[in-house]
Amino acid sequence: MSEFTVEDLGRVLREAAGESEVAVGGDSLDTDFAEIGYDSIALLEAAGRIERQLGIQLDDETVGEATTPRLFLAVVNRQGSADAA
Amino acid sequence: MGHRAVITGIGVTAPGGIGTKAFWNLLAEGRTATRTISFFDPAPFRSRVAAEIDFDPEAHGLGPQEIRRMDRGAQLAVVTAAEALADSGLEQGDLDPHRVGVTVGTAVGATMGLDQEYRVVSDGGRLDLVDHAYAVPHLYDYFVPSSFAKEVAWSTGAEGPATVVSTGCTSGLDAVGHAIELVRDGEVDVMIAGASDAPISPITVACFDAIKATTARNDDPEHASRPFDGSRNGFVLGEGSAMFVIESLERARRRGAHIYAEIAGFATRCNAFHMTGLRPDGREMAEAISRAMDEARTDPADVDYINAHGSGTKQNDRHETAAFKRSLGEHAYRAPVSSIKSMVGHSLGAIGSIEIAASALAIEYDLVPPTANLHTPDPECDLDYVPLTAREQRTDTVLTVGSGFGGFQSAMVLRSVA
Amino acid sequence: MKSVVITGTGVTAPNGLGKDDFWDATRAGRTGIGPVGRFDATGYPSTLAGEVPGFVARDHLPSRLIPQTDHMTRLALVAADWALADAGIVPSEWPEFGIGVMTASSSGGFEFGQGELKNLWSKGGQYVSAYQSFAWFYAVNSGQISIRNGLRGPGGVLVSDQAGGLDAVAQARRQIRKGGGLVLAGGVDGSICPWGWVAQIAGGRLSTDPDPGRAYRPFAADAAGHVPGEGGALLVMEEEDAARARGARIYGRVAGYGSTFDPHPDTGREPGLRRAAEIALRDAALRPSDIDVVFADAAAIPDLDRVEAEAINALFGPGGVPVTAPQTMTGRLNSGAGPLALSTALYAMRDGLIPPTLTRDPSPAYGLDLVRDTREAAMSTALVLARGQGGFNSAMVVATAEAPVAAPA
Repeated sequence: MSEFTVEDLGRVLREAAGESEVAVGGDSLDTDFAEIGYDSIALLEAAGRIERQLGIQLDDETVGEATTPRLFLAVVNRQGSADAA
Repeated sequence: MGHRAVITGIGVTAPGGIGTKAFWNLLAEGRTATRTISFFDPAPFRSRVAAEIDFDPEAHGLGPQEIRRMDRGAQLAVVTAAEALADSGLEQGDLDPHRVGVTVGTAVGATMGLDQEYRVVSDGGRLDLVDHAYAVPHLYDYFVPSSFAKEVAWSTGAEGPATVVSTGCTSGLDAVGHAIELVRDGEVDVMIAGASDAPISPITVACFDAIKATTARNDDPEHASRPFDGSRNGFVLGEGSAMFVIESLERARRRGAHIYAEIAGFATRCNAFHMTGLRPDGREMAEAISRAMDEARTDPADVDYINAHGSGTKQNDRHETAAFKRSLGEHAYRAPVSSIKSMVGHSLGAIGSIEIAASALAIEYDLVPPTANLHTPDPECDLDYVPLTAREQRTDTVLTVGSGFGGFQSAMVLRSVA
Repeated sequence: MKSVVITGTGVTAPNGLGKDDFWDATRAGRTGIGPVGRFDATGYPSTLAGEVPGFVARDHLPSRLIPQTDHMTRLALVAADWALADAGIVPSEWPEFGIGVMTASSSGGFEFGQGELKNLWSKGGQYVSAYQSFAWFYAVNSGQISIRNGLRGPGGVLVSDQAGGLDAVAQARRQIRKGGGLVLAGGVDGSICPWGWVAQIAGGRLSTDPDPGRAYRPFAADAAGHVPGEGGALLVMEEEDAARARGARIYGRVAGYGSTFDPHPDTGREPGLRRAAEIALRDAALRPSDIDVVFADAAAIPDLDRVEAEAINALFGPGGVPVTAPQTMTGRLNSGAGPLALSTALYAMRDGLIPPTLTRDPSPAYGLDLVRDTREAAMSTALVLARGQGGFNSAMVVATAEAPVAAPA
């Protein structure tokens, strides 16, 4: 599976939860999602879309703990490669 | 405030047994009624556990037409209202129908019926322009949950104010809170009030799956509802109804009715925070508790038992633990707290009324129901949650609370009537 | 008993987005009823609706709210913003628990629900949106309005079909009398989607007439059902003394309210509408002769029109009071109907104009003074009637701030 990038994450979040106050990207990789403007439900909605698009299963707890784009991307890419293995 | 509002009749239809007696026995014995979902094949879903009722509407006096017309939630409400009315000793003939009102709480109304009929008119989800030719004549009654209040009014002969209260998971508390205001203000003689929800359908299970609010402890269904336990990971969906006959204290005394308890205080607040999330400090629930206690003219030290919302989500149990400490101070550590959702699951809007029933019965029998499945409390939940076994103790004043989607926080104080 | 007044109104209606557009259209008799535009209704027996014109949610609401809300919730959020602004209320300047919210609903976010039911049954449970858990349910508008505006006072939601909007306003008055403060109350509703359409067709009360000028014709001998609409109104309510102290503009007072439920139809006894109106008048300490105008429920089903006409005539005598039904220009808005009618009554009293009823060939046999052309009249009190399918009846009396206050009951 090709890597799930920060651009991919930004796109999915926009589809799932609308435009954020802060753009999801390089400058906000370590910014808390709450500050970016996405709450827990927005992230769950995005996680559901990512699971369906990539055909992977994300662990509930780790998604809950991924509070920044960098952490979230790590969870998706780790799970993606684990599922591919 | 004019009159004092008291409960003189109780009906309960809950998982684990039908009728108030079976319900109370389940709680007193600390048994659980959660199981693998049997209403449909739960295999495709993340959470496959629920607290279901083995309910045969025909055995409870509903005719074929009524069964066809009513969603399961309405059926439960009607059967339960009949028990409450019989328990109160009131006969329909004793009442001026114009002076009898109805409030029914429900969070999701006729969801089972809607889920089922949508499949039919959409040809299994294929049609966007769903086909009216396949619609059942009572589809409108599923469309509007106000049909629940209609059915209860018809079945009890009530012709006073009738409405449904639908504030999500606090509906059952708020419906009874609404009813006591009408009794206090003297707008009615008697209210038939309570709540009903029958949400165990694929759409409800799927939507709670999507937000991971329900437990995925599918391999151990009997022990899946674990409020306040460190291993809890979501609530167990339930169904049920509790209904009450509520009237003024003078009226109840005049007719020599058995009085379970006075509903002495009630308040509700919004958290204005999040549709599903809770502020960790429990500020708004604490405010609702304090205002309900003010109305009841009760001090924290008077509270003998706290009937918690205790849904068993990580977030809720800490939130309300914080709210109890904030509103009751040191007494929060002394008053026993328990969640009956550990035994009967979380029936959304209905559970608030079912918990009022448990609170009134705790006063009646001087017995605090336990929190089942509580073995290793979450260190952040550090109150006395009455693990596993019911506790015999003098119980005169009970605080019961609810918290729900939309941010609603409600609290009610029940008190024995000397 | 404390007097409770209305100091702000926010309107989203099929013949006008915003109270000024709405009132301009209503007093001029301009209808908002037309062919359904939100989906292709041509294959259904009923093809007309009252849809709110020119509503672009993104122009009014943050992007984050769009994916998680049904159309009717977006209309409600905007009406709430406008009502608060109209009353000059900035919630952050009020005490933390000082403002509550009390809305009515009838069927929740039904269009959103249709989308998720389709996802569930055509693709599978994992395709159901995380927002489904609250976008469909009946409490959604109160919850979202509370969050958007930081309202932490008492919250509530009542569902009694088309009577529910008046019930919510009455409950807000009760809250204010009991605990003071402000309440944002009312209803904004709508289920103009195929799934909601089919449910309403099953209810048996939709007109199948394709002519927008005559489809919804209450009090006509050949009345044959109504046209559904979307929208409604939210009202800012507060204690009269507090409103005066802060120098608020007062639209009027909620003077009386009554609510009843019909006897089971098999009993053959009189339905409860007349009794609801009597209770409301008693609550307002007014005699029927004190009422200047009646805003009718106008079901446009002959049996129901007859019941309403008999109730009005029993109270006021035949032709004894002007009766109007401006919802003939919007369609029936379910839980939005009562609050919109209250707003209309307040504007009517302010401007001394009774808005018209757009019906076709009303039957003189009903014995009503039905206002068919905008009529000038000095008014200080209005009676608003609303009935919900199943047997719900509610009645509310509103009065101008200048009208004499009733002696405490």
